[in-house]
Amino acid sequence: MDQLLQFVFSGLTVGAVYALVALGFTLIYNASDVINFAQGEFVMLGGMVTVFAYAAGVPLPLAALLAVAVAVATGLALHRFAIEPARGANAVTLIIITIGASILIRGIAQIVFDKQFHRFPSFSGEDPIAVLGASILPQSLWVLGGAAIIVALLWLFMEKTLLGKAVRATAANRLAARLVGIDTALVLALAFGVSGAIGALAGILVTPITLTSVTVGTLLALKGFAAAMLGGIGNPVGAVAGGLALGLLEALAAGFISSTYKDAVAFVVIIAVLFVLPQGLFGKRAVERV
Amino acid sequence: MQRRQFFAGMAAAAMLAFAAPGHAQAPIRIGSVLSVTGPASFLGDPEARTLRLYIDRINQAGGVLGRRLELVLYDDGGDANRARTFATRLVEDDRVIAVVGGTTTGTSMAMIPVFEEAKIPFISLAGGIEIIEPVKPFTFKTPHTDKMACEKIFDDLRKRGLTRVGLISGTGGFGASMRNQCLRVAGEFGIQIVADERYGPGDTDMTPQLTRMRNVPGGVQAVINADFGQGPAIVTRNFAQLNMGVPLYQSHGVASRSFIELAGAAAEGVRLPAAALLVAEQLPDNDPQKRVVMAYKQLYESTQNQPVSTFGGHAYDGLMILVEAIKRANSTDGTRIRDAIRATRGFVGTGGVVNMSATDHMGLDLSAFRMIEIRNGTWKLID
Repeated sequence: MDQLLQFVFSGLTVGAVYALVALGFTLIYNASDVINFAQGEFVMLGGMVTVFAYAAGVPLPLAALLAVAVAVATGLALHRFAIEPARGANAVTLIIITIGASILIRGIAQIVFDKQFHRFPSFSGEDPIAVLGASILPQSLWVLGGAAIIVALLWLFMEKTLLGKAVRATAANRLAARLVGIDTALVLALAFGVSGAIGALAGILVTPITLTSVTVGTLLALKGFAAAMLGGIGNPVGAVAGGLALGLLEALAAGFISSTYKDAVAFVVIIAVLFVLPQGLFGKRAVERV
Repeated sequence: MQRRQFFAGMAAAAMLAFAAPGHAQAPIRIGSVLSVTGPASFLGDPEARTLRLYIDRINQAGGVLGRRLELVLYDDGGDANRARTFATRLVEDDRVIAVVGGTTTGTSMAMIPVFEEAKIPFISLAGGIEIIEPVKPFTFKTPHTDKMACEKIFDDLRKRGLTRVGLISGTGGFGASMRNQCLRVAGEFGIQIVADERYGPGDTDMTPQLTRMRNVPGGVQAVINADFGQGPAIVTRNFAQLNMGVPLYQSHGVASRSFIELAGAAAEGVRLPAAALLVAEQLPDNDPQKRVVMAYKQLYESTQNQPVSTFGGHAYDGLMILVEAIKRANSTDGTRIRDAIRATRGFVGTGGVVNMSATDHMGLDLSAFRMIEIRNGTWKLID
């Protein structure tokens, strides 16, 4: 029992990060049909900028804020200088552009920062909390709570604000949205900016646990993409569910089956799910909406 | 056009003629291919700095056999293909008499056939045991092997009376190789590996593996982590989070300041085998290595403005073994130098006391590794 609980804690913490990355994918996919493979680099920027600002003497909250600002600026620049000039191109071309952008961002980060691993202190101490025989780090609660708040805020924004409705309208039908006077270019820029912010926040929350370096983005982008596919690409609820499910799958596979094959187990399950439900777990609703 | 070339040639010949009396003979060329940039740069950079530093020093002191040393150094960026290309260039174009270098096991293995064919002595600075096992006529190495790390840890466990051990290793080259070696030699020390867990190169949470290990029937009395980089830091933190309550051993792969910084308070009490260089000041004065490691450390730190690392020490050892062999051979012939390297006895380097033989092209024994414990955020020599 305590063993299972420990695996669940581990899986949810890792899964929350996958969920936030998947959410970033979803936002941009909805606004533009582009899978933004530079999404992992936002997470990297969040962690690395905070690390270096904090090491330079900036207080942690301010350093985190700076990191979010840098990631948002990077997201907007990615849209303005790479996606916007190629707006006539098809989705595949745009996806390749984002892969190029991710390599560029990583390369610049390697020059500006360094190639070593770094971390900064946890927000509220390092002493683990014992729960029913299992233990969880206070920072894990920050990750889970932070992810929940980000998802809630995003939901409020999408459902309750005019701008959010404009994003949803663009996602549903770009041509129709433009016909009713929605500035779809602005919506797209907004999606890149918000994705940057979400990625950076994920990076800031998780760095005290997982450490960070300029290369962490690549793997996170792959895992986040897998999570988004599992949940049903384009569906925010699916992104969160897919991320948590992927994290849990990995932890349970490592704990109960074999740590050597844990990634394989997770991906086999994903393939099996997509075989039965090609739209992903929550994909059907997205189809109905269109 | 032809005339201009002719005059240029004359001018060059004249300059050579004037320069020649200072150096009666051409310099002795020593080659090196290191991973100065790329993912292994934290190994290759201090190695390159060390070679340049000491070749300058040797030349200031009059060179070797009355001739200057000239270093021909290429950067392979960690790419084995490029390393092999540079190895060919060293042999065919630069005509070096010996090579020190090969930062990683991968680049070293790619270069070995080139040097073996040309009969040029090659001293590798990489850890993998396959470089010298089976023995190749012209190939040597200076760093300790992962097999020795396993043996040193098992030796320490035996002294503490612990036999039931959990092994957790990264799936990368270093972790996988050390895992195999540990599994192979465990029996000789009466150690039982009761759990054998693994994790991937980018994994960020190893609590599932450690939880599984904790719940092994009969329990584990100690845990060994075979890996380098960020993995061991995360394992160490997870280990503390789960309050495992048994000793944790890391490998020589984490013997750098950044491990203590990343693992934080969780690193307290962690033990690892490492070279004497890491605890140079703590060595007793009668330790045979004390003088050598202190001298290297002081010179490196005062000229390079960065802390000394054991990796640069491997380059120091390789260069010095080669230079002494050239002196003893009194020749720049590859086979004679090889014979002299093979006859190295009692050479005191930063990695240990080296005794080469026809069957041992590394020449280190277990005494080369020191058991170190992390206490109060720093290294403490315990054995």
